[in-house]
Amino acid sequence: MKYYRSHILVSINETSIAAGVQGFIQALRSELAKTELSAEINVLETGPLGFFGRGICLTVYPENVNYEAVKVEDIPELVSEHFLKGRPLKRLMLDSIGKFSPNFNYANRIVLRNSGIIDPENIDDYIGAGGYEAWEKALTQMQPAEIVAEVKKSGLRGRGGAGFPAGVKWSFTAPLEAPQKYVVVNADEGEPGTFKDRLIMEGDPHQLLEGIMICARAIGATKAYIYIRGEYKLCISRLELAIKQAKEYGILGTNIFDSGFDLDIMIKIGAGAYVCGEETALIESLEGNRGNPRWKPPFPGVKGLWQAPTVVNNVETLANVPFIIAKGADEYMKYGTPECTGTKVYTILGDVAHPGLCEVDMGTTLRTIINDYAGGMKKGFRFKAALVGGAAGVILPDRMLDVKMDFSSLNQYAAVLGSGAILVMNEHQSIVDMLWSILRFFRHESCGKCAPCKNGTQQLYKLITKIKKGEGTMEDVDLMQTIAETMLHTSFCALGQSPIMAIRSAIENFRDEFIDITKK
Amino acid sequence: MTLEICQKYAPNKDNLIQILHDVQDAHPQHYISPEAVDVIAEYLGVPANHIYGVLTFYTMYSTSPRGKNIIRLCESPPCYIKGSDNILRKLKVLLGVQTGGTSKDGLFTLELCACLGVCGNAPVMMINEDVYGDLTEEKVEEIIERIRGMK
Repeated sequence: MKYYRSHILVSINETSIAAGVQGFIQALRSELAKTELSAEINVLETGPLGFFGRGICLTVYPENVNYEAVKVEDIPELVSEHFLKGRPLKRLMLDSIGKFSPNFNYANRIVLRNSGIIDPENIDDYIGAGGYEAWEKALTQMQPAEIVAEVKKSGLRGRGGAGFPAGVKWSFTAPLEAPQKYVVVNADEGEPGTFKDRLIMEGDPHQLLEGIMICARAIGATKAYIYIRGEYKLCISRLELAIKQAKEYGILGTNIFDSGFDLDIMIKIGAGAYVCGEETALIESLEGNRGNPRWKPPFPGVKGLWQAPTVVNNVETLANVPFIIAKGADEYMKYGTPECTGTKVYTILGDVAHPGLCEVDMGTTLRTIINDYAGGMKKGFRFKAALVGGAAGVILPDRMLDVKMDFSSLNQYAAVLGSGAILVMNEHQSIVDMLWSILRFFRHESCGKCAPCKNGTQQLYKLITKIKKGEGTMEDVDLMQTIAETMLHTSFCALGQSPIMAIRSAIENFRDEFIDITKK
Repeated sequence: MTLEICQKYAPNKDNLIQILHDVQDAHPQHYISPEAVDVIAEYLGVPANHIYGVLTFYTMYSTSPRGKNIIRLCESPPCYIKGSDNILRKLKVLLGVQTGGTSKDGLFTLELCACLGVCGNAPVMMINEDVYGDLTEEKVEEIIERIRGMK
């Protein structure tokens, strides 16, 4: 292996591709060659770097300097200043470094341990970082029941939203006798403000594959589907490549590691429907139908895809599994709280100093996440509220900043944790306006199968529009809550049961704002 | 043409979503025509009404002809609070269309969509396969002008 003095990590993502990152990398490499630095400085194409900069972003190791919005024209100056003279180019640096570096944001990382460090398009990088060790262990040294027991013991809970224990889910399907079982990966990430799964897949696609493999072995499935949004082009191409590489290495395919175990992983692409994030709707979509949810029970674990036993897990959930198997449940349980083990990946957006991605222990407070990982509020702005969990989430005021972010502490708001979206609002932004946008979203995304949701989302949108225009009354405000509560009790699936979260938290925490606007 | 695309896949209903994507992408007007529906229905052995059901359920499909470039502007909360409404207004003026409409020169169709998962750079839109983030009214004008110049 070659040793380099410095590594330039270039984030390849939707934004940087749009900014012409491919041409940039070529230009950077040729500039390094011209200055005879090619042997000393390595250019590595990688996934998310932990901060959302503008345009093309770079991190330089070991100096740990972050650059943003770097252009082709900047390359000669950058190379001569930073790599020849050893002076980081202040002009392009992110204004604050050190504490807000990717290293820090992934301080306790499990899921993102390779993100922004390895080349996601090279399986050797993943293997070099200890990848596929867990898969080998699971396949050659562990019985399926032992795998299920280990995951159960680890306390890993589903990271898709509801937080159902993954090991328990697997234990329903594992003992069933069936000619065919399936693993389905829910990568249909559609919750507004949420894109952790995209970054997990872009940054380390092999880790997801390894999680799928272990799950398949545990429940006895020989086929797995990754159901992914059609919009996630980069994820799709990286996963396709990763599957191809794994097959070439004999890590995936038939008679893997001479164990007699066969597994095939296929990618299925969605076509734009939020409701397909619901597991039974997702299965309907996989079968080539409208994404209308199914009646439960029977649960997918018993009768899922083509009526066969199917485990449906979220991307982040499965990405945790290789760590649990490789290091053991006891090691995993050192992260997080006793009731909620492990870490959680969040995307922090809005009026914070450093919008970005972080992976922190379960139970970290919202205040810590905002202050320590996102650099606090953007200069000149005051915190007003945070929308946590996307449209199906809750609006939390500042007095709730110290609430611990885990499935048990958030209690009545527990369901919002999974999506990992934190959208911070400043004091000038209107809660009514925000709620209007959320309810417009639900009106659009209701699948129309059941009356409470189909009609309810329409009525909620009408009412909030009236209130937003200043034509509503407090009776309208309370009526919204009544309708949403009725929907909670009568809707067919989680979509219709969700609007109450945002509505209740908005009205309870910001009632004054509704009073003000209805008085006008 | 449609049949050739279908034949890339086994004639199973679960390939419908992928077939519809491919057929739509191959059509110069980015939509699925009634004739195409009939061909797909016959190939997969499912009733045409099932295909219409699927087609009209998912937002990425269209049953009417669209422009050469499809603009999909995100209207979800994270983009909304960053001013996607202003971007929409600007696009309407620039293109001379309403939401869902196609510009007279047939170059652009303007659509709204739900979260594209690029919220770190809100407000965001996609034009065909490309994502454009951190939009401002000036930036949008530039992008549209550039694409107009490319025809």
